[in-house]
Amino acid sequence: MNITLNGNNKSLQKKSSVLDLLKDLQLTPETVVVELNTTIIQPDSYDSTDIGEGDQVEIIRFVGGG
Amino acid sequence: MLQVNEQRIIFHSGTTVGELAKKYKPTADLFILNGFPVPVDTEVLDGDTCTFIQKGVTPSPDEFEIFLTARHTPGIQKKIKQSTVAILGLGGLGSAVAGAMAKIGIGKMLLSDYDVVEPSNLNRQHYFVDQIGMLKTNALRDNILRMNPSLSLELIDKRLTEQVLPGLFADVDVLIECFDDPAMKAATLRSILTRMKNVAYVGSSGMAGFGENNAILTRMERPGIYIVGDETSEARPGMGLMAPRVGIAAHHQANQALRIILGVAKGRE
Repeated sequence: MNITLNGNNKSLQKKSSVLDLLKDLQLTPETVVVELNTTIIQPDSYDSTDIGEGDQVEIIRFVGGG
Repeated sequence: MLQVNEQRIIFHSGTTVGELAKKYKPTADLFILNGFPVPVDTEVLDGDTCTFIQKGVTPSPDEFEIFLTARHTPGIQKKIKQSTVAILGLGGLGSAVAGAMAKIGIGKMLLSDYDVVEPSNLNRQHYFVDQIGMLKTNALRDNILRMNPSLSLELIDKRLTEQVLPGLFADVDVLIECFDDPAMKAATLRSILTRMKNVAYVGSSGMAGFGENNAILTRMERPGIYIVGDETSEARPGMGLMAPRVGIAAHHQANQALRIILGVAKGRE
């Protein structure tokens, strides 16, 4: 399955939820903002939201310190 | 016309700074003409702005406003004075951002932090040794009111959650995210994107250690949404937060907020 992740093409091996994708990318779910086809996904829906063929995914990642 | 301290007066050619000072501020011992110190025998020109100061005496809020206007030009100062910013997190970033916004004479600031000043903060945060143990909100208020006594401040000293952010900050012009915790950073941006659609945002990610100066960037994520930092240098054991690089990021944030306020950087669409 092919998606667009932050403007770049990415292939996913299997059906994935948002949470699966974040794990695959080794990102901590609490420290990112995820937008799926222009909708912001709330963290409590990461597990239940599936990513489909051709979806546009934007992930904004934060690192600690301030 | 001439502007002499708070007053507008009729211009007469040949008048010197010293003569004006004698009439309008006899105790003055520092004479500023159009933003620069001058000798007392300097002649004024029509349209000039004179500011006469007595060294060691605190100017009134009105006088202070006049100094800023003379420095920044009136149109710009008016926009700054009419604007409200919120600063979330008053650590190395937030305390420095607050200082910069205070000095340029921002109209109103909402300052938010639940924590107290600890000894470990003092390697980068703009507090003093004798403020250890004070709430950061109170300590920062004291410090920035010494920089600019005419500020309007609102202090929020409770721990914030994603749910409460819109109720507190939906009416500000620019929200400046200065949290330490990456989960609160993400929560703030999520809240801005979904529930505060008129509020411009300047967030932060990645400014620990002593890496390259020029790796700290201000990136436009989308109109009115900006993230400052190198987006990789995470604070962790062995790479602590230090005043110089945190200061670079803080002043990127402050300048970006100013640019949004002045309409030269894109706001929300």
